[in-house]
Amino acid sequence: MELHFDQELGQLKEMLLRMAAVAEQSVADALKALVERNEELARKVDTEDAQLDRMEMDVDRVGIELIALRQPKASDLRFIIVAMKIATELERIGDQAVSIAHRACELTQEPPLKPLVDIPQMAALVQKMTHDVLDAFVYAKPELAREVIAHDNAVDQLNEQVRRELTSFMIEDPQTISRALNLMTVARKLERIGDHATNLAEGIVYLYEARDIRHQNE
Amino acid sequence: MDNTVFELTKLNFWYGPSQALYDVDVTIRRNQNTALIGPSGCGKSTLLRCLNRMNDLIERTRVQGSIMLHGQDVYAPEVDVIELRKRVGMVFQKSNPFPKSIADNIAYGLRIQGVTAKGELSDRIEASLRKAALWDEVKDRLQESAMALSGGQQQRLCIARAIAVEPEVLLMDEPCSALDPVATAKIEELIQDLKKEYTIVIVTHNMQQAARVSDYTAFFYLGKLVEFDATTKIFTNPANKQTEDYVTGRFG
Repeated sequence: MELHFDQELGQLKEMLLRMAAVAEQSVADALKALVERNEELARKVDTEDAQLDRMEMDVDRVGIELIALRQPKASDLRFIIVAMKIATELERIGDQAVSIAHRACELTQEPPLKPLVDIPQMAALVQKMTHDVLDAFVYAKPELAREVIAHDNAVDQLNEQVRRELTSFMIEDPQTISRALNLMTVARKLERIGDHATNLAEGIVYLYEARDIRHQNE
Repeated sequence: MDNTVFELTKLNFWYGPSQALYDVDVTIRRNQNTALIGPSGCGKSTLLRCLNRMNDLIERTRVQGSIMLHGQDVYAPEVDVIELRKRVGMVFQKSNPFPKSIADNIAYGLRIQGVTAKGELSDRIEASLRKAALWDEVKDRLQESAMALSGGQQQRLCIARAIAVEPEVLLMDEPCSALDPVATAKIEELIQDLKKEYTIVIVTHNMQQAARVSDYTAFFYLGKLVEFDATTKIFTNPANKQTEDYVTGRFG
């Protein structure tokens, strides 16, 4: 039997999916701004971030109302709690995209330091993680969420690699310092997006399996 | 567009010498569910029964202030109380089907209204039972006694009977308090469906029920309206400390 409450839960899910689409787009725009040295795209990321901020507040408001009015139990309760966490992570992904876009703008002021290789690779990986984790949410596939978590190490390793390479650039030629630091920040932000995808994945495993898998390898 | 159905201004009410309501101001809005909550004796049922003058049936009661139904004074001398109760139907705590068949329970009010054609009667019986989410359970036994239905079904039959005469407002006085959780859930779903067509005022001592089914909530204490606001506001951030204590179970 479909309840009125089910419709309200469905609306909350739709809000999250719209928010996820904006978050994914903002990361894609930030990277494109970096690779194509496009300042206009970088500014678009700011707009998307403002949108994500509002959406996060909307999801939290609806979540709080549903808890107050519907006294959710079991999977309904987990869904609302996880929905609010998902909104937080998506909003933070938007913040990371803004940071990348701002670095991209600064980088356009100087000639390219080097052809970008590792950063686009990292970007592709965290975008896939984000996309997969949202699929795991939509299609109720906790196993897919677990796969996402397994990818996080590869992102961390790439970040380390980028850091080492850029450090050697700076040692060899102080002229490269500001560009290298900007690129390092970009890599660091991508690594953070990977962390947010991991947090999302943990939330989704909790949602569908009622199992808390956080902090197990620490 | 004016969405006001009932406008209560400075309503006071007495049972003999004892005052039950003090200066109550409330607006009931169209196609919205309004819940009246508060501890026993707070006046919520008294207020509900003022809306269609059910209190007239109790001796030595007295009303002061005004209740306007679409701008017309409910207590004006020229008001036909029968007509009023047709517009403002009521469902009670204990289901009270007539000791007749399921179909006749619904047909009763319709026949009084002059509906006698067989075809129209059966159409309206079916429509009412469908609206009350009872049709699928009783369609093959419409001629059986209503007394054979379960408590939850009887209550939905009473709702079907109330809406058969096409009222504008439905008053519900603790409609689920005699029902088990499953029957209660069905009535609650029904209440949320019915607001598309009716304006509902429900008295409940179950706060969670008020939260689940209503759009507006009025909290009463000792005959006074303490707070009236959107249900989301009352249950997430009430303005009044007494309301907060009541909805959080710390008082009442």
